[in-house]
Amino acid sequence: MAVIRDLNKDKMDVVEGSYAVAHSVKVCKPNVISAYPITPQTHIVEDLSQFIADGEIPNCEYINVESEFSALSALVGSSAVGARCYSATTSQGLELMHEVLFNVSGMRLPIVMTIANRAVSAPINIWNDQQDSISQRDTGWIQLYAEDLQEASDMHAQAYKIAEDKDVMLPVMACMDGFILSHVYEPLVLLEQDLVDEYLPPYEPEYKLDPKNPMTFGSFADPECYTEFRYLQQKAMDNALGKVEEAANDFYKTFGRYYGGLIDEYETEDAEIILMAMGSVIGTIKETIDKLRAKGVKVGLLKVRAFRPFPVEAIRNAIKNAKVVVAIDKNISLGLNEGALFTETKASLYNTSIDVPVIGRMIGHGGRDIPLSTIEKIIDDAVNVMKSGISVESQYADLKEELL
Amino acid sequence: MMSIRVGGVCDPGSTRINKTGGWRTFRPVYDYDKCVKCKLCELLCPDMSVLEREDGYFQFDYDFCKGCGICANECPKGAISMVLEEK
Amino acid sequence: MNFLFKSGHRGCAGCCDAMVAKFTLMAAGENCIVVSPTGCLEVMTTPYPESAWGVPWIHSLFENAASVASGIEAALKAMGKDDTKVVAIGGDGGTIDIGMRAISGAFERGHDITYVCIDNEAYMNTGVQRSGATPYDASTTTSPAGAISFGNKRPKKDMPAIMAAHGAPYIATTSLGYPKDMIKKIKKAIDVEGPTYIHAHAPCTTGWGFDSSKTVEVAKLAVQTGLWPLYEMENGEITSVKKIGKQKKPVEDYLKMQRRFKHLFTKEGGDEELKKIQAIADENIVKFGLE
Repeated sequence: MAVIRDLNKDKMDVVEGSYAVAHSVKVCKPNVISAYPITPQTHIVEDLSQFIADGEIPNCEYINVESEFSALSALVGSSAVGARCYSATTSQGLELMHEVLFNVSGMRLPIVMTIANRAVSAPINIWNDQQDSISQRDTGWIQLYAEDLQEASDMHAQAYKIAEDKDVMLPVMACMDGFILSHVYEPLVLLEQDLVDEYLPPYEPEYKLDPKNPMTFGSFADPECYTEFRYLQQKAMDNALGKVEEAANDFYKTFGRYYGGLIDEYETEDAEIILMAMGSVIGTIKETIDKLRAKGVKVGLLKVRAFRPFPVEAIRNAIKNAKVVVAIDKNISLGLNEGALFTETKASLYNTSIDVPVIGRMIGHGGRDIPLSTIEKIIDDAVNVMKSGISVESQYADLKEELL
Repeated sequence: MMSIRVGGVCDPGSTRINKTGGWRTFRPVYDYDKCVKCKLCELLCPDMSVLEREDGYFQFDYDFCKGCGICANECPKGAISMVLEEK
Repeated sequence: MNFLFKSGHRGCAGCCDAMVAKFTLMAAGENCIVVSPTGCLEVMTTPYPESAWGVPWIHSLFENAASVASGIEAALKAMGKDDTKVVAIGGDGGTIDIGMRAISGAFERGHDITYVCIDNEAYMNTGVQRSGATPYDASTTTSPAGAISFGNKRPKKDMPAIMAAHGAPYIATTSLGYPKDMIKKIKKAIDVEGPTYIHAHAPCTTGWGFDSSKTVEVAKLAVQTGLWPLYEMENGEITSVKKIGKQKKPVEDYLKMQRRFKHLFTKEGGDEELKKIQAIADENIVKFGLE
């Protein structure tokens, strides 16, 4: 199913991406918001603070913590009490949370956190790439990546729905590219309160910190049982595969908007070349595809919405008939010289009968602009792979050789 | 047998299945003639192993008493002695 | 008496943490939620699937107990359940060292929480390594006495003063040597609205090296020598002190009971070091008016 939008203009507002997200959080009725400001997440938490100051989020406390470490730590307590919880961060802030991220997922606390994706230091850089959240891929959080403002906004309701599902109970990172989505104004439909109330049930955890039933949270597990806790976290991720799809489908039924479930496809049906990507670069890729399709190049797009759980089956099905696949990454695993989407896509095809060459191209790091020409160059590489096989498996596609 | 509960949640007070009395080398014994029911032993015991009896005197819960000897050391009347465990 | 802190925990015989936890729950009662950082108390009370806690209890990480407590307090407030008290209870490492940022933030924000620091003056859970609360000349595994060292080179971090500087409405020092004082002060701290701090001096039989029966006796001597003054601070002012008076003892009486200070009595130059420690006690006596 392709992207579907309710284009009822009467319902649309022109707002900043951060405002749209803050509004979405508001209508999801959180009980505790705890965040530490960091560029480019700041507008989200400023807008939420204003909502609180204006009394627009009832039964909600905003904690002005002294660090990202405490931002998420506070929510461990809040969520364990049974509160619906929200935070937002990026880059250095997310790195500072690293230890808490494992803790939240291990304690099975369904916290939702926006990541306004940004490069990591050093050198310090405030602009967009996805190194920050990709580097947290093993922390047990579900990771969803939004293509545009409307999707980023709507994703938050889906995130709570997935996180709080009894068969999942895992935290979710709703990832949106910093500045490119967080600071841009676009016409969009602000998440509708009445429909959210219909879509998202109140959070009712099985266990909570309650003097009437005084349970213990955060016990330690010895070698007798630690493996089983990890196994169950993986099972919950497995369950999330279906729940991500379900949340997107239910969202479509209620709101009339759809952006894909685990993945989405664009012009893939007869595509010889399939580009894979996550986040705002999807729009640029679609535009490039339209341009090249007009010239007869059979190119399509596989948009990956869920990076965790990684949609192995969905990816296999989507690319099995292609002649070449290019995974585009705004991150790099230093020492491997590959982006994560590339590495994991390759791994997903190994030990299967699918024999499609896959190459990886890294672009847009530290906020480097991604013009259509960069995508066209990548597609040229793909055409060459079809003609004469892989010459360079993985590399930067927008490196400035002249600076080296 | 242990079963895994999501998030590692435990029931309150469930360590009571772990009888720590086996750790003991010396056991505390009351001399009720000296005891004045001051309750200090009950207050101080790190293992909640001093149980009040109906008559207001106390008895040791040897299932849990680790034999630390704080009760004997602090008893203002010297009413508790530590006796080597015979095993 | 039915204690809310339960038997079967894995604390050492004579464990100071168990005693402070027991007294804290006696003061707090059933309607509370307790947070502990990583440390002896956490490990010995909650090996899955068991728990020694009779009240709702949570452990997250080593350095974030005060933040977790903040989040609990905020959630209770948001959900209209703010009659439930929030108490954090953790060791000196988790509180005054690695947990410093978290507790500073929580107190500055003014959450209605009580934080009880069990100060046994080193990282006991990992094997008696030095902390910011380790006293002058104590030998620990990372500040050992040796041929050219008398052990820890620095005095204790003055955590109560730091918490007072945060504007906490109630702060008290207390000691396992005086359990009733401890329970009374913790109860008062819980009853006072806002962030309140209790610093409980707690001798550790294993880490300090004394017989398990002496936990209370050693604690009393720390107070009676002037090395651990007991006082209350309300809104930044000292409002009460426990006088030592005629009970005043020389620091040797306290130090000689402990293996961690043994080198002061066996090593050449120990006499001079004892004088320095006596000077610390004497300064306390003057500063807090303990005589």
